Amino acid sequence: MTHLLSVEGLTKAYPGVVANDGVSFSIAPGEVHALLGENGAGKSTLVKMIYGLVKPDSGAMTLNGGAYAPAEPRAARAAGVAMVFQHFSLFDALSVAENIALGMENPPRPSDLSARIREVSHTYGLPLDPDRLVGELSAGERQRVEIIRCLLQDPKLLIMDEPTSVLTPQEVAILFETLRKLSAEGTAILYISHKLEEIRTLCDAATILRGGKVVATCIPRETTAREMAELMVGATLMTPKAAGAAPGEVLLSVEGLTLGAASMFGTRLQNVSLDLRAGEILGIGGVAGNGQDELLAALSGERRAPPGAVLFRGRPVGALGPTERRRLGICSAPEERLGHAAAPDMSLTENAVLTGTVRKRLAGRGFVDWTAARRFAEEVIAAFDVRTPGPANAARSLSGGNLQKFVIGREVLQAPDVLVVNQPTWGVDAAAAAAIRQALMDLAGKGAGVIVISQDLDELMEVADRFCALNGGRLSASRPTAGLTIEEIGLMLGGAHDMEVAHAEA
Amino acid sequence: MIRLEKRPSPSRFWTATTPLLAVALTMVAGGILFALLGKDPLEALRTIFWDPLFHPQFASYSRPQLLVKAGPLILIAVGLSLGFRAGIWNIGAEGQYIMGAIVGAAAGLAFYPSGSPLIFPLMVVAGALGGWAWAMIPALLRVKFRTNEILVSLLLVYVAQNILASAAVGFLRSPEGGGFPGSRNLSQWSSSANPELITGTGMHWGVVAAFIAVIFAYVLMSKHLLGYQIRLAGQAPRAARFAGVEPGRLVVLCLSISGALAGLAGLFEVTGPAGQISIDFNSNYGFTAIIVAFLGRLHPVGILLAGLLMALTYIGGELAQFMLGLPAAAIQAFQGMLLFFLLGVDVLSNYRIRFGRRSVA
Amino acid sequence: MEMFGGINPAVLIASLMVASTPILLAALGEMVVEKAGVLNLGVEGMMITGAICGFIVAVETGSPLLGFLFAAVGGALLSLIFGVLTQLLLSNQVATGLALTLFGLGFSALLGQGYIGVKAPTLGRIDLGPLSDIPVLGRILFSHDPMVYVSLALVVAIWAFLRFTRAGLILRAVGESHEAAHALGYKVIRVRMLAIMFGGACAGLGGAYLSLVRVPQWTEGMTAGAGWIALALVVFASWKAGRVLVGAYLFGGVTVLQLNLQAAGAKVPVELLSMSPYLITILVLVLISTRGAQGAPASLGRSFNASS
Repeated sequence: MTHLLSVEGLTKAYPGVVANDGVSFSIAPGEVHALLGENGAGKSTLVKMIYGLVKPDSGAMTLNGGAYAPAEPRAARAAGVAMVFQHFSLFDALSVAENIALGMENPPRPSDLSARIREVSHTYGLPLDPDRLVGELSAGERQRVEIIRCLLQDPKLLIMDEPTSVLTPQEVAILFETLRKLSAEGTAILYISHKLEEIRTLCDAATILRGGKVVATCIPRETTAREMAELMVGATLMTPKAAGAAPGEVLLSVEGLTLGAASMFGTRLQNVSLDLRAGEILGIGGVAGNGQDELLAALSGERRAPPGAVLFRGRPVGALGPTERRRLGICSAPEERLGHAAAPDMSLTENAVLTGTVRKRLAGRGFVDWTAARRFAEEVIAAFDVRTPGPANAARSLSGGNLQKFVIGREVLQAPDVLVVNQPTWGVDAAAAAAIRQALMDLAGKGAGVIVISQDLDELMEVADRFCALNGGRLSASRPTAGLTIEEIGLMLGGAHDMEVAHAEA
Repeated sequence: MIRLEKRPSPSRFWTATTPLLAVALTMVAGGILFALLGKDPLEALRTIFWDPLFHPQFASYSRPQLLVKAGPLILIAVGLSLGFRAGIWNIGAEGQYIMGAIVGAAAGLAFYPSGSPLIFPLMVVAGALGGWAWAMIPALLRVKFRTNEILVSLLLVYVAQNILASAAVGFLRSPEGGGFPGSRNLSQWSSSANPELITGTGMHWGVVAAFIAVIFAYVLMSKHLLGYQIRLAGQAPRAARFAGVEPGRLVVLCLSISGALAGLAGLFEVTGPAGQISIDFNSNYGFTAIIVAFLGRLHPVGILLAGLLMALTYIGGELAQFMLGLPAAAIQAFQGMLLFFLLGVDVLSNYRIRFGRRSVA
Repeated sequence: MEMFGGINPAVLIASLMVASTPILLAALGEMVVEKAGVLNLGVEGMMITGAICGFIVAVETGSPLLGFLFAAVGGALLSLIFGVLTQLLLSNQVATGLALTLFGLGFSALLGQGYIGVKAPTLGRIDLGPLSDIPVLGRILFSHDPMVYVSLALVVAIWAFLRFTRAGLILRAVGESHEAAHALGYKVIRVRMLAIMFGGACAGLGGAYLSLVRVPQWTEGMTAGAGWIALALVVFASWKAGRVLVGAYLFGGVTVLQLNLQAAGAKVPVELLSMSPYLITILVLVLISTRGAQGAPASLGRSFNASS
């Protein structure tokens, strides 16, 4: 079999870290090849080099038998390499057609382009209206924009970076159908993911990266998910264990909460109701952008609601701000670590003060007790194994996983009665993710109520006692997680998000 | 190729040394500018930076001027720095300075020619209130309607200047002035005078107020929860809301403090060094204070030093005008250049400069 | 000029067009800069630099057109300082813009030392022959100096550029999300630098229109806040070229009206009339802000560093 792309000994070092160390692999026309690895294993750097965004320090690539060294993405696209990004590559305020034109070298006239978009999107079962603003689209539809942008260039190699993290199970099925069709037509697909079951169903071959090096290659269909996971992590994984306390009284309830969108392209919460009992974990699933940020803000007190819409131990707290709610015992951790849960340029001590003033008595008569603050920061660092030289370091100097451990630890160590977390393990390495999940389960085991909002359904199935879905700002009724199937969950999440499934007739 | 790489934590070394580097670079560029104007650059720089303090003939006059000029600059800049730290851009301090002077002067003149010792304290309070009220306009518009406070506070400077003109020729004009514009002389009326407190130092109540403001701001920013919230709001606004900071309250607070301090500066100026309300009473202190605030890295102690340095360029500039015929505008351009260099070298404290191949094409 | 009372609407409209042209030019330039995601608060400084550069060149060469050319160059060069500081050295855009204004005011005063009280050659009206003799319309539309037409042409050109051209699309994309534009391989910093220099050139032209046509002579600080009003206009116009025109002419109307009232000796204090343009600008800003910042580019004012 002749190779479409071969990569030979690619190395790329950044100050303090070798992102890619002599990476080699190859991919044949029509092959679906998985690139598997943890966060920080070097997958992103590798594909950025293939796409011309980053220049390798050493090593060589060949495409179609010829030397290939793209100086910029334009050159990569011209050579037939296209990439669908995980995020950061769409423009909310521009239309679908304008977004697609920006990704093309020589876009046709606007009217022709719109016609082409309609045509290609129907051929591949991904219908799309060229005139809509991208900011108004659902996550699944936004991804279609990216895919169609690539398909219009007739790529020989399509790179997909974590494409399913924003999709419901039904949407994933539609996407896979499209990818199989492309592969059958001879387009090679480089598929980056850490979701092992997906790779087993879709991919022909897999290259596994750890610490910037290729540690293994395998045929995913012939390898178990557990084997791949252990190759990826390099250790045997521990599954968190629940302490198994019986649910107690209702701690927090939300009744008919309706709240406007936080930003121009945000989602409005509509008539949301839920009950959280002592000692349980309530999992709220859903694709990002369906009201998760708004729900967290309404529970943390950042956004005020009518007093009676949020009740804590039967007491109306909807109109209280974050500080008052913390005083009562409601703590929270938002999704965005840098800039929301923590201030990037401030030290960990200063970041400990961010939420700890009331419950840890870090301020008296308006003056900050910096000694106590440093002690609290050190306590969090020690208890949650945060890897940092010390509390005087800036939050942004920590890796994603370590900062997330700090943020969760800061809230857990305040011994809240209710803890609300949004995407607690997003972009976090497996070891840190396991530690965070364990901490949440331990907190519930001690009698607190915990709400985990997450896109990661596996995570919710693992930690939550009850599950409900947030879709378009509406929250479904909750169901016990025990015995829920992935199809049932998918339907709770809004199925294919009311998108047409065009594969039936395609 | 040169590229910038963000430091994991801001460099303490560069944070402290960049202002000095900026001053040095400005001296070089200023020297070139003066040479282009046909002046001996070294002589010009010596006249500006050395002679005001040590010239055998002029120093006795110009040395006290240092505190006279630095007082209002520091007082205003300390106030502005709190807002700048929080990402609240009051750039209309010039207007608040004018309004403080007018309201303060009017409050005192209402009792002319009483000899009551309460008049000066009353004027001080009125001056602060005048500046405060003028700053409350952009503050409330921002909080109520999200109107951009940069534009509103700046546009209000032009409004204040017109009120000043109207005060000088109209409602505050001295009845004994023979029809000339300008109010009664406040520094010569014992009830309202803000005299030199220690002869030969230039120290007046405004300078005392400036020192108190520096100490107050230092304690606020480093020890108090409010200072922490100000910094947090400036660096990470979303995190500040998450921490429970009310953005609206912070806007009102920061503009209150900076407005009141600018008003105080105006009041102490009109009752002391300036002496009266006149059409050209304002002398750009409100704008120069912005440079002072940045030059001092928005830190109270830094501002104290920066205010003294900037005052030196004012006095030295006047001296150079008198001795070398250096145009007054050259000093203004020189001050602007200082701010450019400061902003430019600031990059060193947050980024590392790397030489070599660029990683990103 | 006919006074208030017997005022001639055609003359009023024609003179408001002249009064609006400086801020129209400056605001158009700033709009393009902001569309690229950059907030340059140095408009006032670039305008006054353009005013003195244009004035000096026009006086020395006797050619007002050369004056305008060099005003544009002067404004662009000054804006280049802003570009280098904010785009390459990643300085704070608000602070750097302010520095540009403070420096521009001082620098222009320095350049203008010998030109106070000097008379500049004036820009003649374009002779459009019989068109100018059409009653009313001839006075309003066909009897202006070339810069008025340049400014109007610029409105159309910028509108068409942003709406229909690929370069315009790229500029908008960069202002909307510099990360996404960078990921697609567009040169964010280069696009922004060009936009900044275009904005500087426009502000320079606006300033020169003040010193060469509207006033026409040189006085220190003669822009008197026009640059700030231009900044407010961009917000008022929701970043749309056509609305910048409407806003500038509305503002010009207020200015001409208050000047006419002053000249007519109306029973309103002169100071109140002089401050009215600023007060009205504030009022309009408030009215606009109540409906939210519609159309503001999403990356406005944020620094971009590719390697971070």
